[in-house]
Order: sequence, then structure tokens, then C-alpha cells
Amino acid sequence: MKFSDDWVDVKITDNRPHPWVAKLHIDLPLLAGLAGLIAIAFVILYSASGQNVDVLLRQAGRLGLAFAVMLTLAQVHPHYFKLYGPILYGAGVLLLGAVLIIGDIGKGAQRWLDLGFFRFQPSELMKLATPMMVAWYVAETGLPPRFMSILIAGILITVPALLIAKQPDLGTAMLVAVSGSLALFLAGVSWRSFLALVVLTGGSLPVVWYLLHDYQRDRVLTFLNPEADPLGRGYHIIQSKIAIGSGGIYGKGWLNGTQGQLDFLPERSTDFIFAILAEEFGLTGCLGLLGVYLFVLARCFHIVVQAQEPFTQLLSGALTVTFFVYVFVNIGMVIGILPVVGVPLPLVSYGGTSMVTLLAGFGILMSIQTHRKLLAH
Amino acid sequence: MNGAFAFRDSLHDSRVFLNRIAACGIGMIVATVLLVMRLVYLQIGGHEHYVMLSRDNRIKISALAPTRGVIYDRNGEVLADNIPTYTLQVVPARTNNLKRTLASLAELLGLSEEELQRFESSRRRRKGFESIPLRLQLTEDQIARFAVQMPHFPGVEVRAHMVRAYPYGLLTSHVVGYVGRISEAEMGTLDPAAYSGTLHIGKSGVEKSYEEVLHGKTGYEEIETDVTGRPLRSLGAVAPRSGADLILSLDIRLQKVAYDALGEYNGAVVALEPSTGRVLAMASRPAFDPSPFVNGIGRADYQALQANPDRPLYDRALRGLYPPGSTIKPFVAMAGLETANVSPARREHCPGYFQLPGSSHRYRDWRRGGHGLVDLKFAITQSCDVYFYKLALHIGIDKLHDFMAKFGFGQKTGVDLYGETSGLFPSRQWKTKRRKQDWFSGDTVITGIGQGYIQTSPLQLARATAIMANRGPVIVPRLVDKVGGRSGSANPIADDNQPQTVAASREHWKVVIDAMIDVVHSGRGTAKRISYGLPYHIAGKTGTAQVFTVRQNQEYRSLHVKKKLQDHALFIAFAPAETPQIAVAVIAENGGHGGSVAAPIARSVITNYLQSQR
Repeated sequence: MKFSDDWVDVKITDNRPHPWVAKLHIDLPLLAGLAGLIAIAFVILYSASGQNVDVLLRQAGRLGLAFAVMLTLAQVHPHYFKLYGPILYGAGVLLLGAVLIIGDIGKGAQRWLDLGFFRFQPSELMKLATPMMVAWYVAETGLPPRFMSILIAGILITVPALLIAKQPDLGTAMLVAVSGSLALFLAGVSWRSFLALVVLTGGSLPVVWYLLHDYQRDRVLTFLNPEADPLGRGYHIIQSKIAIGSGGIYGKGWLNGTQGQLDFLPERSTDFIFAILAEEFGLTGCLGLLGVYLFVLARCFHIVVQAQEPFTQLLSGALTVTFFVYVFVNIGMVIGILPVVGVPLPLVSYGGTSMVTLLAGFGILMSIQTHRKLLAH
Repeated sequence: MNGAFAFRDSLHDSRVFLNRIAACGIGMIVATVLLVMRLVYLQIGGHEHYVMLSRDNRIKISALAPTRGVIYDRNGEVLADNIPTYTLQVVPARTNNLKRTLASLAELLGLSEEELQRFESSRRRRKGFESIPLRLQLTEDQIARFAVQMPHFPGVEVRAHMVRAYPYGLLTSHVVGYVGRISEAEMGTLDPAAYSGTLHIGKSGVEKSYEEVLHGKTGYEEIETDVTGRPLRSLGAVAPRSGADLILSLDIRLQKVAYDALGEYNGAVVALEPSTGRVLAMASRPAFDPSPFVNGIGRADYQALQANPDRPLYDRALRGLYPPGSTIKPFVAMAGLETANVSPARREHCPGYFQLPGSSHRYRDWRRGGHGLVDLKFAITQSCDVYFYKLALHIGIDKLHDFMAKFGFGQKTGVDLYGETSGLFPSRQWKTKRRKQDWFSGDTVITGIGQGYIQTSPLQLARATAIMANRGPVIVPRLVDKVGGRSGSANPIADDNQPQTVAASREHWKVVIDAMIDVVHSGRGTAKRISYGLPYHIAGKTGTAQVFTVRQNQEYRSLHVKKKLQDHALFIAFAPAETPQIAVAVIAENGGHGGSVAAPIARSVITNYLQSQR
């Protein structure tokens, strides 16, 4: 290694990529990792969708949009995130409120605003806006955050999380809360304070339980004892475990997974797509995917560690760890160690909005990485 | 906030930050290890378990019922067939509106309330994608009417099933028997895998005794299904192996002759081929229609059959027990000749009655005035009771019992049917044991003319007659000639008995059989009325059995009672006497005299069979 991990190492400039890549503000290793994930995603999705090329094309379309968003954001200087973060956050909260009201007028649950050409989910926006807001706030009020700052940051996190939970979208609400909390945690909130927060959250669980919709309660109960209702609530988990377990070490082979191909596995191209991978490619495939995820995460950590300002440090750190939480929660849910909360497997699950949000996050990371100042002592 | 301060600030914070990032990294590593451990646990530790679950999940095994073997008579006439019947089935999940569908179908096909209720109760026990029968046997008219309307009834289908049919109905109801729905009790004794697709099982007759070969081997189909249990495609199938076709020795044409010849009489006719024991005809009257039993006979219908005083369900040929009466005399004569040194020429005086020494009880002869001086041959021809009273007494019950056992009296014939009775030929031991009484001389006396305790089935009588016709060689009656159709193998259970012979001298056979020929062909024979126009000799013996087995139910009307109390008419015969091809036993219940009622029945069976053989 030519350079140390020390963020003030001037030799960093020597590792700068080719001029054209630098001009495009692309982080090549991260891009390579993401491309790897997406390649895997298409292979699995082809199988999970029942070899439906239309599904792949639609996903490719979304991916194109998401990449465009990512590359656009990579061009944006981190200062602008800092500048517009609070505005984005405020607009997001307002939109969440609007979604709830429209949802009340309409029939039942609604998560999006129909903008005509695009169904916009404000909750997805909040996945980015919340950590941005928290990072901006604690960076602005001085590090390490004082008690009042922590309290206000806590409110900044809770409001969108509760609004999203009310939609109801428990998974997104949790991810939003996690990403905000991570920014706070990374800002240096003392372990004692953080523990107190965790205990407080734990104490509020009964309240949350009360707020939960029946189907959410069912999901929690199912998580606790999936076998209780094998054809009802526990069905997802049981079928998922069968798919994974029957995959063995090497899997049943691509397109040969009976659980998935025969419709036994519900939501197999969205939330439970990992089970398809596990069934068809076995433990080998699972470890392979985890390996690619870890590669992406390692590069993200590299970016986080090299970030130069408190805001960029906190934001990149929160986004990185949230990405991992995404992966962990989805896989944990599919393999039956976490409740079924409805979190997609990042970049692999079929679906538009989360894809855009995720790649937007990576765009921010690339921006942070490629807009560093050359530091001199 | 100036830059220098911010820089210092972030320098300080970066230590904390890096610590926190490191903590997150460690947390992530721990979490990843957790995931990997869980994956290893599921995919390596639980692999076999989950593979099993996954196989069960996607593959449903559907049993394919084998086609039951067809039963033919000796000339290839089908006695038991499988014919397609059409049922109307409904898949509730595929109907648009089940209630409306049922209502329209009820109107279209005239469904009964009972049918709708049965449908409703089975629907509640099954999944929505399973097909549930609504109407079991559609007529062609109903199929046509439904076919026109079919597009309006999604989820309603007509399905074909193979159902057992008995083209000859009444004629074969006892001997071929019938199949019926497998009962709970039968389920307990069957191999569930072998019968998983089968609804019916042989309940009586050949259908029951040859169940194993008729049934065939159940096949199965592996069907991939989705979550709802809806079949997607067949993964492969092991075809069922049809049951073996059976060819019976029975001649359905002769069976009809026998059945018709019984006319209005209840009774039985059994005709055997003496040299082989092949059953040529085995009719029991009254009979019943076996077809309602196939799909479950109604309770009321079944009770009616059971309560019928003529007992149509009762196979008289196989299970009926009758005193043989005088038909036993040729066999008693053989016993006298063989075991008691009786000379055929020895003459006895018949005054019309017989008295035991020191007793005033008179054992009457059927002819009041008596037969005068009779020798053995004449005693058979004239059926002289007094001669056989004396002969039985002379032989003694012990020797008589043992000798008669060789002809199969009091023993099962070993026919390939279930439910045979052994009948009874009394002995000293039997009476002590069963009746707790000593054997009296009077018991021996009446046994000599086939009365008293002795009971035989028509099949036993026919077999004894066949042994007589064979002049010794014992045969076992067989209904099934070939297993596996025309090219099939000989009945595998046909030859498992040691060939036995009733050892007797040729002269003795000749004396007795000549006497039996005289029964038919001499001017004084008791069955002389059937001798007209015969191009061959029939050897026969008449019998008249006193009735004491008939229950006197109160329902019986007095006229009916009178008829029921009349004697049974019996006749045994074989022909041609010199080279026998057929041996027959006939019992016409309450027919009166054997010579006038039973003998003509035997004659028509014999002549028909021998004509067809030429």
C-alpha cells in the first residue's frame, strides 16, 4: 500500500483515477461493486420473475433512472447537500403529512404522491433527508452534541419515522429512524446517552405496539412463532426457510428452484428474492452475494474514513451503515432471524423507488469522495 | 465558524468519529457472521430436512387406480366389465358464483336436496381447488343437456370413471359376486398404498375370492402443484397395472338354463365337469341385481333385500344346507359294498316300514305297501327306504361316517369362493360333543336315507356326484379356469391339492351306477319321466327332503306356510353315464318330489350342456 489510512495523507492524490473519471466524479471501485450487485440481481430476478423478460426490462429502466440520479448527485458538491438538506427534510415531512391526508381521503393505505409521470414516495426521500438533516444539525451545533442537540435530533428523527409508520410502512420507518440515529451515533453521542435512547425506545415499544396495524402485529407474532399458522401468517417464513434450507451448499441450480418456480414462495421477486438465490445457488451463492455487498461496504467505509468534514463524515457514515442495515434486515427476515418488516434486498429486489433512493445515496457518497479538497498542512 | 476552528474541531471529532465507525464496522462484522451462521445452520445443518419439505411441497402424489380385471365365462362372454360412467364434478374455486351455479345446475339436471346436501358436506372438508362430485351417474340425456350449457358453467366438469358392471345381473349375482365401496373394516386390513386410488373391493363371489389378482397394481402420478394445490404439470407417472382378467369355467348360457329351469322354485343348481371339477353352472334362486351394490345400495333397498323371506342374498348353491334325502342312497350303497361286505344280490324284505328291535316306532317307507323283496340295485332304483334303514344299521355310523367323508360329505369342497359351509355328516363324537347326547341306533337308521342331522350344500352334492361319475377320483370344484385372460396361465390355485381317490372296486362302482341309470331309464325308476328321447344314459338319483330348517315367521300367510312346509325336491345326476361330462345337483325348495320337479331341471341342464358340447 502506498498510502496509509490516515485521512491527512497527502499522497491520496496519487490514487486519483484517470482524469475523465475524475471529471465525472465517479468512484470506480464503488461503481464496479454496484455493477456486480446489479448483475447478480438480474440473474436472480430472471429466475424469480418466472423468466419474465418484461420484468427485467422494467427493472433495467428503473435502474437507468437510478443511475442517472446517482451520477447527477455525484456531480453535486457536498456543500449543496449541507445547504439544501434541511429544506429537503422539511419538504419531505410536509409531503409525508400530505400523503397521510390524501390517504385518509382516499381508501386506506397510501404511500405515494401521484405526480402524473412518476409515483413519488416521500418516505423514500426521507431515507436520505433524515440523515442529512441530523448530520447538518449536529455538525452545525458543534461536536460532540450536547444534550439539547441530542434531544432535538431525536425529534428530527422521530417525526418522519412516526409519519411513515402511520402509512403504514414499518420497514421504511425503521430504516429512516436507523439512518438518522446512526448520524447521531457517529457524531459522538456518548455511549451512556445512546444506551439511554435505546432503553427509551425499548420502553416505548408498548406504545408502538398500540400504534401498529393488525397486519404488523401479525408479522411480529409470526416472527415469534411462524409455525403456529403454517398456511396463514407463518407461510412466508416457513416457505422461505424451506427454499433456503433445501438449497444446500451449491443450490438446486439456476431456474431449478422448486420453491420459487412453483409459486410456493410469496413475494419472491421483491422482499423474498434472497430465498431464490439461496435455493438456486445455495450457500455458495449466498456467500458470494454477501461478499459483493461487503466489497461495496468496504469501499464505502474507505470513503467515510476519507471524508473531510463533520457533515460529510456523518452523512457518508450514516448512509453506509444504513445500507448494511438494509441488507441485514432483509436477509435476516428472509432467513427467519428478524421479523418480516417488508424491507427489500438493496439493489437486488424488484422495485423502483428504493432503487432510486439507494443509488442516490451512493451518488452522495461518490460526491463526498470525489469532491475532497487537497489538503495541505 | 471560521475554517481553522472547524478544522481543529473536525480533527478532534474525527477520533470520536473513527471510533464510532470502527464500532459500526465491528457491529456489521458480528451481524454478518450471524447471517452466515444462520445460513450454514439452514443450508447445511437443516438441508436434508428442508429438501424433504420442499419435495413434499411441490409434488403431490396422485394415485392412479388400476383397471379391474374383466371376468369372462368359458366362452368369452363378459360377466363383469368396467364401463365408463359420467359424474358431474364441481371445482368450487373455479366457479364464478357457487350458489348461483348450484341453483342453475339443480334446475338443469333436477338435483335432489340430498345430492346438494352431500355436495355441501364434502365441500366443507376439502380445499377450493379440489373437484367434488355433485351427481354420480349422469344419463346420456343429462350429459347432452349439460354439454350445451357448459360454457355458462365454469368450474363444472363431467368426468368419466370406470365402474363395475354385471351384464348378466341376476344370473351371476352370487357366483361372480359384486364389488362395493371399501368399508372401514376392510380398510383396516388392506395395504393402504395398494388401495389408495381404489374405491371398490370385491365383496362376494369370484370378485371377492380373486380380489388380489383382479385388483391390479395401483400406479401413481407425481404432480407439481402451486401453493393452492392446483396441479401445474405432471412430473411423471408410474402407470397402474390392470388387474388380471379371469376366465371362468362357468358357461353363462348353461347358467341361464339352470336359473330358468328352477322356474318359480327357490333353490340351487350346481353343474360340474366331473373330470376336472370345473364349475359349469352354479345358480341360486332367488337372486338379486348386483349393480346397486357397486355404488352403495340405499339403506331401505338393502333392508328390503335382507327382510325378504326368500332371502335372495343367500347363495344357496354354496351355503345352503339341506338334508340330502334319498340322493345319499348311492353313496350309502357304496359304503355298504366297500366297508360292510354287502352283497349286491342280497335281498331284503320291505314291508313298508322298519322297526328297531325292541322298539315300537315305525320308520316308514315312502311307499306305504312296501317294495317287497329288494336287492341293492332295485333299492336304489326304487329308492326303497327300508333297505337303506337296514343297510345303514348294518354298516354302523362310524364306518358310514368315515366312508362318506371320502365323498366330501360334512367337508368343505375347497371351491375357490369364500363363505362355503362344511355341511354336516353326523358321527358319534359329533353328537356327544355338540348335542351332549349318546348316539342312538335310530340316528343311524335315518342317516341311511339322508335325513336327521345330515346336511349338505348343493355344491357338496354335486361334487360327490362328480366323484361317483369319476368312479373314484376326487375333484375340487373350480370356478376360475385361467388368470390373465385367454393367454393367461392356468389357475394357480387349481392344482395345489393332492389328487385323491375314493378307492372302490370296479364292480361296486358299476352296480351302483347301473342302479342310478335305472333310476332314469328303467320303467320302475323314480325319475323315469326324464328318460324320453335321450341319446345317452343319465345316471341319477331322486331325493325328497323333509323340511325343518325353514323359520316360521309370523308374517307368513297360511297358504305360504303350507308351501314352505312342503318337502324339498332333490336330484343328482351325471351324463353320459359311461363317459361323464357333466355332474349336476338340483335342489328345488318345497318342490315336493325330486322325480317330478328336480329331475326335469337336471335334465334340461344336462341336455343343454351335452348338445352344446357336440
